[in-house]
Amino acid sequence: MAGASMKDIKLRIKSVESTMQITKAMELVASSKLRRAKERVERTRPFFNILHETLMDIAYSNKEFSSPYIMTREVKKSCYVVVAGDRGLAGGYNANLFKMAAQHMADKDAVVLPVGKKTVEYFERRGVPMITTDYRVVEDIGLTTCYAMAELICRQYLERKFDEVYVVYTNFVSMLSQDPAVLKVLPLNFDRTQATNDSARGLMIYEPSSEEVYDRIVPQYVSGILYGAVAESLASELGARRTAMEAANKNAGEMVEDLSLRYNRARQAVITQEITEIVSGAEAQN
Amino acid sequence: MNPFPLQIVTPDGIYFDGEAQQVIVRTTEGEVGILRGHADYVAALSIGEARITVDGQVRRAACNSGMISVNKGLVRVVAVTFEWSDDIDLERAQRAKEKAEKALQEKTGEVELRTAELKLKRALTRIKVAK
Repeated sequence: MAGASMKDIKLRIKSVESTMQITKAMELVASSKLRRAKERVERTRPFFNILHETLMDIAYSNKEFSSPYIMTREVKKSCYVVVAGDRGLAGGYNANLFKMAAQHMADKDAVVLPVGKKTVEYFERRGVPMITTDYRVVEDIGLTTCYAMAELICRQYLERKFDEVYVVYTNFVSMLSQDPAVLKVLPLNFDRTQATNDSARGLMIYEPSSEEVYDRIVPQYVSGILYGAVAESLASELGARRTAMEAANKNAGEMVEDLSLRYNRARQAVITQEITEIVSGAEAQN
Repeated sequence: MNPFPLQIVTPDGIYFDGEAQQVIVRTTEGEVGILRGHADYVAALSIGEARITVDGQVRRAACNSGMISVNKGLVRVVAVTFEWSDDIDLERAQRAKEKAEKALQEKTGEVELRTAELKLKRALTRIKVAK
């Protein structure tokens, strides 16, 4: 190998190293954001558990109780809230989720409420009708945004624009594994067969009425589900990105090692050649 | 007044967990006061001021949506947002108020009007409580 090739190898090493710097930075950013995202999920849990308990209590306490939110009706149109990422470079995170969503939606007349830039782009490309594309940035979604989203969904649900609501998100199982999942949000799925006119529960006073309280709480509960789904997905995205970047770092490291070896070999070859030339030149003079 | 256990829960975690002597909140039906020994009770909250008596002192707070429940003596205020009067960012509330008023004047769609109205209500409650 000659000098020109040595220069090439050096350039490649430099370029791999600078890529490695980026992937390393991305890994660190993902790890620290991940911690925050997980803490956020934990903090909100008691609030939604209590709402869920209350909704169950109301649904079970009274056999005559009815609400448009728990009645199942014939499904003509389905609404899907699909939560994916804003950016790529997260392994199969987005692709896996879209595959899952497409499978579930295959034989349904569906509208989509996309969350995340990649989701909006994906469904735009496929020409699937969308309710709104206001929720482009997953990372910015807080509770107020989720609440607005839930209100929108509940209102359209009551207007019978669609007859069931699903949320497609990614479950954060562990640092290394994240599973896409589909969850049914509306109609609320409580097993009413156990509903009794239990006297202990019957004594609870609901103001103005149990139906009214119920219908008031449902949008808040839905916003809780959405918030949970967004937070889980965000944690998953960061986890997937962290793993992907870790692999990228490892690969880059191996590449640099390999290239340095080749570089050193080339350098040695050049030196050997020079020595041979000098020696043979000196011999020729003698 | 006799104290009773009170929990205030928001999506940001458990905000308050201790004893209180009186709780006054605004439900969808109007203001409701809760004392020790109240019957089991559930009501939805609207946007409004909450007054909570702890150790004989009344603390005021801005409270927004959610519910209040009394279950076997335990009182829970489950609110989407809950801020003590000293924690309220008055400047931010003022700004939110102006923004909401402007949105109301522009008279866009029905949905925008409703959200602006709610925003204005929340801002006004915060301003009232903070002052």
